[in-house]
Order: sequence, then C-alpha cells, then structure tokens
Amino acid sequence: MSDATLVDLQRRRAFRAPTNEAPWLRVLLTLGVVGVLALLLFAPLIVVFVDALAQGAGAALASLANPDAESAIWLTLTVTAIVLPLNAAFGIAAAWAITKFDFRGKAFLITLIDLPFSVSPVVAGLCLVLLFGSNSLIGGWLVASGYPIIFALPGIVLATLFVTFPFVARELIPVMIEQGRAEEEAALTLGAGGWRVFFTVTLPNIRWALLYGVLLCNARAMGEFGAVAVVSGKIRGQTATMPITIEMLYNEYLSVAAFSMAALLALLALVTLTLKTLLEWRYADQLAANHRH
Amino acid sequence: MSRALLHPSPMPGFGLAMGVTLTMLSLVVILPIGALLWKGAAFGPLEVWRVINTERSFAALFLSFRVALLAALFNLVFGCLLAWVLVRYRFPGRRLIDAAVDLPFALPTAVAGIALTALYAPNGAIGSLARELGMKIAYTETGILIALIFVGLPFVTRTVQPVIEEIEKEVEEASATLGATRAYTLRRVVVPMLAPAALTGFALALARSVGEYGSVIFIAGNIPLVTEIAPLLIVIRLEEFDYNGAAAIGIAMLFISFSMLLAINAVQIWSRRRIGYV
Repeated sequence: MSDATLVDLQRRRAFRAPTNEAPWLRVLLTLGVVGVLALLLFAPLIVVFVDALAQGAGAALASLANPDAESAIWLTLTVTAIVLPLNAAFGIAAAWAITKFDFRGKAFLITLIDLPFSVSPVVAGLCLVLLFGSNSLIGGWLVASGYPIIFALPGIVLATLFVTFPFVARELIPVMIEQGRAEEEAALTLGAGGWRVFFTVTLPNIRWALLYGVLLCNARAMGEFGAVAVVSGKIRGQTATMPITIEMLYNEYLSVAAFSMAALLALLALVTLTLKTLLEWRYADQLAANHRH
Repeated sequence: MSRALLHPSPMPGFGLAMGVTLTMLSLVVILPIGALLWKGAAFGPLEVWRVINTERSFAALFLSFRVALLAALFNLVFGCLLAWVLVRYRFPGRRLIDAAVDLPFALPTAVAGIALTALYAPNGAIGSLARELGMKIAYTETGILIALIFVGLPFVTRTVQPVIEEIEKEVEEASATLGATRAYTLRRVVVPMLAPAALTGFALALARSVGEYGSVIFIAGNIPLVTEIAPLLIVIRLEEFDYNGAAAIGIAMLFISFSMLLAINAVQIWSRRRIGYV
C-alpha cells in the first residue's frame, strides 16, 4: 500500500468535513425518514395487494369479472378518454397564450387556472350540483330536455375536468417560458404558417413535458373520488366509477372485491410513477425546472 | 382581440388560444364556483353564518382545519428532512425512495383510504400493535391525521428538493471557516435559504389537506362532532337535499381556500424578491 493511500485512509477515518453532519446523525436521519415512509407509503401499498389476494388470485379476478365491476372499469376509462384530450388541448392553448404574448391580467389568469388545486374536490362537486342540479335554473331545463348532467356521465366528466384542470398547463408554462419565442419567430420569418410553426417547432420542444402533464392528469382522472362522489349519484352499473365502486364494496364488507379493484388502481399508480421517473431521468432538460433531480 | 396585448407580437393564434382558454376556464371553473358564490350572495352572509354556527358544522370545520394544520406542520418538518436526506446522503435504495415520494399523487385517494384503514384499524397490522400499547389510531383524530399526512407528504419535499440541490457548498464552507458549528450553519445559513420554498410547500399541503375527502372518510369513523370532517358534512347535507346547508359549509371552505391561495401567492412574491426563484 502506498503512503498516499494510507494517509488518505487515516484522514478519511479521522476527518469530517465541516459541511457534513456527524455520521451517527446521518444514519439516524436516513433510518428515520425511511422508517416513516415505510409506515406511511410502502405498508399501505403492500396491504392493498395482500388483502386483494387474501382468498387467492382466482377470487380477486372473479370479483373483477363481475358485470358491475366491469361497467365501473369501462366508465372510468370512458371518462378518462374524454378528459385527457380536453385537458391537453386546454393546457396547450393556455400555455401558448400565456407564454407567447404579453397581456394585462396574466397573473390573474394563472391564478384562476391554479384555483382548482386550492378548492376541495367535494366543494367542486357541490358547485356543479348547484349549477346543473335538477332544481337549478339551467339543470331543470337540461333535465326537462333529456340531457341530465348531474347523476350522469357529463357531470362526472365536468367534475374530473375541474380537479385535473391545472395539470397540463402548469407543466407546460415553465417549459415554454424557458424556451422563449426565438425559434418560433425564426420559423415565422422563414414563411411558415401558425399551425406549421406549432407542429414542427413548438410541439417537438414540449412533447415530453406534455406527456408528463398528461400522465399526472391521467392518474388523477382515473382515481378522483371526492368530486365524482358528489355528482355521480352512485348508480351501480351506470354512474359508479372505479373509486366509487371501491367505496360501495368496502362499505358492504366485500373486502376482497374492494381491494381487488383497489389493486388495479394501485398498479396504475405504480405504472404512472415508473413512467414519470423514467421521463425525469431521460428528459430532465425538457421538463419543468422543479422536476430536475 | 390582439388589441388586448401590451406589446405587439408576431406570433399567431392569440385569439384562438385565448378563446379556448377562457371558454374552458369559464365552463369548468368559473361558472360552477360562481354558482356557489351566487347561492351564498342570495341568502346573505348572516344566513351563511347562521348555518355554519351550529355545533355540528362548526365542529366539522374546526376539525378539518385543525388536523390539516397539524398534518401540514408535520409535513413541513418531515418534508425538509426527507429532501435533505435525498439530496445530500447516499444510501442503497435512494432513487427508489425518491420515486416513491410521489406515490400519494399517483395513488387514488379511495385506495389510500381503505389501505390505511386496513393497516391502522384495531385488527390491522399496525393498529393491533398500537392496541397492545393501549392506543387507538383508526376511527379517531389520529387516524385523520395519518391520512392527511399521507396526502400532503410530497408537497414540501418536492418544493424544497430543487432548492437544496442549488445550494452552493461554498456558502456552508464559508460559514464553517468563520467558526460556526454545523448546527449553527444549518440554522442560520441553510434554513433561511429553504424557508420560502418550504412555506410554499406547506401552504400547498395545507390547502390539499383541508379539502381532502377520499382518504379520510374510511379511517375517520365519521362520528358527528368528533371525527366528522367538513367535506363529509357537505356530502351528508347534499344527500339530505339540504342545498342551503351544503352551500353554506362549501362557502366557508371556499373562503378558507381563497385565503390560502392568497397566502401562497404572497409567499411566492416575497420569496422571489428574496432569492430570485421558488
């Protein structure tokens, strides 16, 4: 062993950089936070799968093949399929208007877009019931004309749109501010039209951020409970989404069925987290600044 | 439309983009919230107060707000520690844990609710241990606290993490060379740099926790006056077709939410002025 490495080893043992915490404190802190996360995050996740498989995989799968369960899965997929494109279109439009132009009231507009994050989902559902419920002015007319909103698909879509509203816009705005307008302006001077600029210049620049936002939006849309619970009416086989079905099964003490449906959504959450992490590792430079690790 | 611009822009599509934005915003957010505010204006602040000022409504609002505040305070401290450990320390499984922090964002609240209840109920894995120690977690305020800590967990960590990454070690070294102990450096140099972002995360976690419904109702037990949260009381009033009662509690909650949004914005303006970014 050379003298240099020996000295190096000795120094490593005795010397602690003044910008580090004491070793015992580091170990204690690490174990502490990992312990809390184990109790709060990992244990519940494991419980979902353990309770779903409590009577074997056959019972779990059989409970998901039940017609009511199947209709809940279809309803959730339908709602998500409607909400995602609308939300993405809104997010792109809002980000375009906010980042490419200067206008009065921009800060106020951003505040309004962020508003749904500060409103309880239950209050969001309540607002929709007051606006479109059968004893309101608009709602009464819509029900009379045969287009009920509350206790029907449109209400569930509106409630889901409300709670997922800021997701895509929030993801795109910081990225588009950072990228500036120069590339689009160059394309314009070269004679490209508006849509061509968007599809060949802007969209390739924001595609991963857009995907990131849509991914988060998707997770929330499929899992939304509070807002949907208020407007859905919980009609089995018709307006019960997957989370609503979980609640109904759980309250009927059908533990395996409830946790099987929950396990399906937990799997979705795990897939979401995996894709999200992959996006963060692979395309960190093209996502909003606060996601860089 | 383009006359609304402060500076002329060669960019196309302002009218279309703004049109789509404002149409969606009005239909999805402004009209529904307007309906609630209209309802509140229609029967006046006194009437709203009369509804809220019943024992049950007041207990529910107070419970929601109090436990949410406790959960957000826990998350403020724990989130800073977690962010610090994730950025500064190296240990096996760090990246997995970093990715798992966002689980409460991805896991549907109803799933979290029944899972936490199964775990912390007196016959559950952790709940039975607690029972032997003479404690009851699920179906008490502690259960609500645990559910709210769960939903608010990622906020502070995710706002503080990028700030810790940006801290230059030289600042801490300078403090150390000037004779400060590690604890003093952390208290006087590091914590002030984290404070604005941590407060932003705190406010976000608080706003989320106050309105949380799905993960709480399973674990809370929902006993009126004791473990009945405000959002649940709104749902109960709606099921009784008592729209005025539901709207009054909703307005009270909206008022709290608006105040928090203002606080978040104030914090952000204040912190941007101090350190240039959040």
